[in-house]
Parts: sequence; C-alpha cells; structure tokens
Amino acid sequence: MIDSKIIEVNNLIKDYSMGKQFFRALNGVNLSVNTGDFCGLVGPSGSGKTTLLNIIGALDNPTGGDAIVMDKSVNSLNHKEAAKLRNESIGFIFQTYNLLPVYTVFENVEFPLLLLKKNKTEREESVMRALEWVGLTDKANSKPNQLSGGESQRVAVARAMVKIPRIVLADEPTANLDAANSHNILKTMQRLNLELKTTFIFATHDEKVIGYLRRKVMLNDGKVIDDINLS
Amino acid sequence: MFLLKLALRNITHAGLRTWLNVIVLSLAFVSIVLTEGLYDGMSEQVRDAEIDSNVGGGQFWQKKYDPFDPFSFEISHSEIPSDLNKEIERGNASPVLIVSAAIFPRHIIQSVRLKGIDPDQKIVNLPASILKEHSDTTSIPGFIGFRMAKSAGLHAGDYVSARWRNIKGTFDAGDIKIIKVIDINSPLIDKDQIWVPLEKLRKIMQAPGQASIIIVHKGITKIHTSSRDWVFKDRNFLLKDLNENINRKKVYSTFFYVILIGMALLAVFDTQVLSIFKRRKEMGTLMALGMTKWNVIVLFAIEGCLAGILAFIAGSLYGFPLLSYLANKGIILPRMIQQSQFAIGLTLYPKYGLRLYIVTSLILFVSVIVVSFLPTRRITKLKPTDALRGK
Ligand SMILES: Nc1ncnc2c1ncn2[C@@H]1O[C@H](COP(=O)(O)OP(=O)(O)OP(=O)(O)O)[C@@H](O)[C@H]1O
Ligand SMILES: [Mg+2]
Repeated sequence: MIDSKIIEVNNLIKDYSMGKQFFRALNGVNLSVNTGDFCGLVGPSGSGKTTLLNIIGALDNPTGGDAIVMDKSVNSLNHKEAAKLRNESIGFIFQTYNLLPVYTVFENVEFPLLLLKKNKTEREESVMRALEWVGLTDKANSKPNQLSGGESQRVAVARAMVKIPRIVLADEPTANLDAANSHNILKTMQRLNLELKTTFIFATHDEKVIGYLRRKVMLNDGKVIDDINLS
Repeated sequence: MFLLKLALRNITHAGLRTWLNVIVLSLAFVSIVLTEGLYDGMSEQVRDAEIDSNVGGGQFWQKKYDPFDPFSFEISHSEIPSDLNKEIERGNASPVLIVSAAIFPRHIIQSVRLKGIDPDQKIVNLPASILKEHSDTTSIPGFIGFRMAKSAGLHAGDYVSARWRNIKGTFDAGDIKIIKVIDINSPLIDKDQIWVPLEKLRKIMQAPGQASIIIVHKGITKIHTSSRDWVFKDRNFLLKDLNENINRKKVYSTFFYVILIGMALLAVFDTQVLSIFKRRKEMGTLMALGMTKWNVIVLFAIEGCLAGILAFIAGSLYGFPLLSYLANKGIILPRMIQQSQFAIGLTLYPKYGLRLYIVTSLILFVSVIVVSFLPTRRITKLKPTDALRGK
C-alpha cells in the first residue's frame, strides 16, 4: 500500500469568473500524492492552496485538467458520487473548525458515522476512540461554544479521523491556534498518520506546520514551483 | 429516517428559535379552532334559538300573510281549517294572530305588531303563560322583548295606549299593560312587537277563531292541510335570511382565519429564510462531511415541518383542555353583542367538529410544508465551497 498513488492531479486549471472577466486561481497544477504522505501545500495568500484542496475533496469542479482521487476522476463524479467519496474516504479539517454548534462534542464526532449508517455500538466505540486520540474524552458532552480554540480544533480532528478515512484535507488547521495548541494538534495528526497510514494534505503558510511536514509542495500564482522531500 | 432523526436533533437542540416557532404556530392553530368553533357554535345556537322561539318545525301562513308588509295584516288572517285545528288540539301546533297597531309611548306614535299567542301554548319557547297572571279587565296584558322595550322606552308595569282597526274597519283603542320585559333571543319576534293573549286579541279584532300563522312543533316537520288558504313554509324557507346572514358573516371569520394562518406561516418562513442565510457555513460543513445538496435541502425542509408537527402536539396538549373547557362552560357574552341582529343566548358555546379539527390541521400542515420547502430551494444554487466560507 505504502507509496502507491492515492491522488494524481494533472494539469489542473481553475478559473473563477469575476463578472465579464475570469481569474485563473490554478494554472496547470501537476501533483501526485502517495498513500501515507504527510505533505503540505505551501505558498503565499492567494496562491491557490484552498482551491486545490477543494477540488481534491470533490467540493469544487476544475475548469480544466483532472484530479484522480482513489482512482476516481473528480470530473466524472456527480453530486451524489462526490458526496459519497467525501463521506467514505475524506476527512476535512477547517481553519475555523466548523463544528455544528447545536451538537455536543460527542455528536459532532459521531456525525460522519451517522452518515455512514454505522450502528449505535460501533458509533460509540469509534467516537470514544477518536476522542481518546485527541485527548478529549472528558469533554464529550460539552457544546462547541464551551470549548477553547485548541479544543475545538481537536474535536474537528477527531471528527475528520473518526471514520479512519484514507485522506485528510486540512486547510490552515493551526491558523487560529497558539503555538502550544498548534504543536499539540500537529503531533496528534502526525501520530495518526503513522499509526493509521492516513494520507494528510495541508494547506498552510504556518512555519510550525511546515516543521512537521515530510513533503512540501510550493505553490505560487496557481502553479507548483517546487516540491521538496523533507524526510 | 436518518434525516428525520437529524432534523429532530437539530430542532430540539436549537432551543429558543424552535420554541418560538412552535408557540406561534400552535397559538394560530388553537385560535383558529377556537374562533371557528365559536363561530360554528354561535351559528348553531342562533339557528336553534330561532327554531325554538320562532320557526318551530315550520309554519302555516295564511295565504295573504307577508311578514314584510304590515298593510297585509288586515287581510292576512282567517279561520283555522278544521284539520289544522285538530293538530292544535293535539298540541302539535299553535296559532298566532298578527295585527297592526299604533302605540303612543312617550306621546310619540309608533307602529307595532300585536301578536296574539295562546298563553297555554307549548310550541315555542316564549313565556306566554305570564299573560295569565293578569286579572285586570280594563287593560290588555302584554310582554315584550328587550329590544322593543328599549326602542319604545317601556318597562315592566308600564301602561301604553294602543289604537287598532278591527276587521270591520272601525278604529278602536285601549291600554296595554307591559307585564314583563323578557330576553327574546330572536330579534324577528322582538322588534316592534307586543305579545298579547290570543283570545283577547281575537275579541278586540272581532275575529273569533282566526289566525295569521300557525307554528308547528319543532319535532314535527310536516303537517298536512286540505285548505287552500293556508300554505306551509318549511324551516329552510323560514331560516333562509338567517342562513344567508350567517354565511355572509362567515366571510369575516374566513378572513381572520387566513390572517392567523398567514402570521404563523410568516414565522416559519422567516426562520427558514434566516436559517438559510445564517446556517450557510453549517450547510457547507454538512456537504464536506458527505451530505448531498438534496440531503441538506430535505433536512432543512424537515426541520421546518417538524415545527409544524410540534406545534400540533403542543397545541393539542394545551389547546384540548382549554377548548373543551370553553365548550362545556361556554363564554358569557357582553350585552352589546346580544343586541346585534343575531339571536344568541347569554352564553356562547363553541362547537368544534372533527371536520374543523382535521381541516385546520391539514391546511396548516400543507402550508407549513410548502413554506418550509420554498426557501430551501435556494440551497440548490449554493456552491459548497462558497457555503464553507460562509458567503
Ligand atoms: N469563489 C471565488 N471567486 C473568485 N475568486 C476566488 C474565489 N475563491 C478564490 N478566489 C481567488 O482565487 C485565488 C486563490 O484562492 P485560494 O483561496 O485558493 O488561495 P489560498 O492559497 O488558499 O489563500 P489563503 O492562504 O489566503 O487562504 C485568490 O486570488 C482568490 O481571490
Ligand atoms: Mg486558503
């Protein structure tokens, strides 16, 4: 499994229309990611990191080129298939945590399992295991508004990891966190990457994140300008 | 099923927002049932009162009798045919003689109808027997309704002089003593009318054995006569004006109904539209977690509908005891409403049929579903990436 290709991006182009004109956010990106990678898309603001992550996560369609995720072309997926791919194989982590505010920590982490129609005992076991990974078993019944930023992001990590997806896409996961919390989160993700062989792709310009990466893909103006192996 | 569970979780967790909606909706539900029930109860009471005190099971009219033409009264009475007389003796009907007269209360002339009623009659709900309490032979005993008392300024115990023309065309005059002012429900037998003993009226009119109308007992709807001078008017005919009046007023109540439903729906619509703006990021997150757009739409629509169901349950919980309490105890009306053109008792009893309940719930449900669903269609235009950014 290790070193097998899980994501392949070919000459990817993304245009955003701005009234009559359009803006090219991705301009021929080529990239391939292996199973178990812990890699980062690094580049200045506006370089296209989020755009690329969204296309890999089948949340957005490319204008040109293609992204093959787990042997499926995102171009060929309809809404339902894209949702299924995200549901089964991809975990998202966002800069702003995006926890569901009316749910408890437990229910937030449980949510992807509900979508996967797992039974109750299976859900409970998986949720508690995921909360153990991030060290939040004691907060299972808290609501998101009772959590600190670091705790919220750990819940988000647990939610992304609870179904043990093949791929985790994390967009600036540490941008709202202090140094201690950032390291805490990153160590957790690093550990899960090693233990579960989950592929992690970050979009970041945070030096702390870059310090943990084993591979750094440099983006600028919608193009890959460098690809550095750090391990 | 899964979406239903989620929606239920969402709205039960959403707290105030949900409960406000539920309260508004259930209030609308209960008020609609109550007002419609009041209206139906009132209409029925009005009809019953009219039947009890006036219409009975129908009436025989002397063929020239026209209640709207006082000038016809002089010629619109005749002797009661023998077959109808038998029914009267059996207690199945009661004759009334109606003549025009002028009275002079407060020295002002006022046209009235003198209505001769048998003091022993048990056909209509009028206290005619009080006319027997009068022993003075120099005056004619009479009772009036409160509307008549008000318009003529008459009180119990008052004497009022009256003038009339007997069937020979000769003017005659006498004094009427008002024995009692009574609560007559129906204005049709109250306004400008004085009820006097039938035999006395026949005597002063020199019209023995005659009547203008014969009221049939309300338990009997059809009595036959071979006489061509008497025409049977059935209940439908006699209640026609009243029914039309009720239906006309029904328009107002429908208006009220629409306003109430509209207000309730506005609350739901508002929440839904607001949700769709405020919860965009949540929608984006749901999609990122693997829900399809369609799932999200259905989820939000179900949330809206659940508010309707909760409102129905809540409304039934507090509405049922309240409504049945009111139906049993009745609502005591202020005098002002009693004096309106409707004949109603002092206490109004709302009446809720199953039909009313079902129709109201159905209308509310269907509109809640539509209103919940309409704004969610916007979600189809939503791009998950935009939603995630909360834009
Ligand atoms: N929906 C959109 N419509 C128009 N332009 C967009 C849209 N989304 C992104 N862009 C533009 O595309 C470019 C790339 O955006 P993207 O969000 O991918 O950058 P990024 O590398 O993630 O930046 P940051 O580090 O600030 O998050 C930016 O110039 C941005 O303005
Ligand atoms: Mg970004």
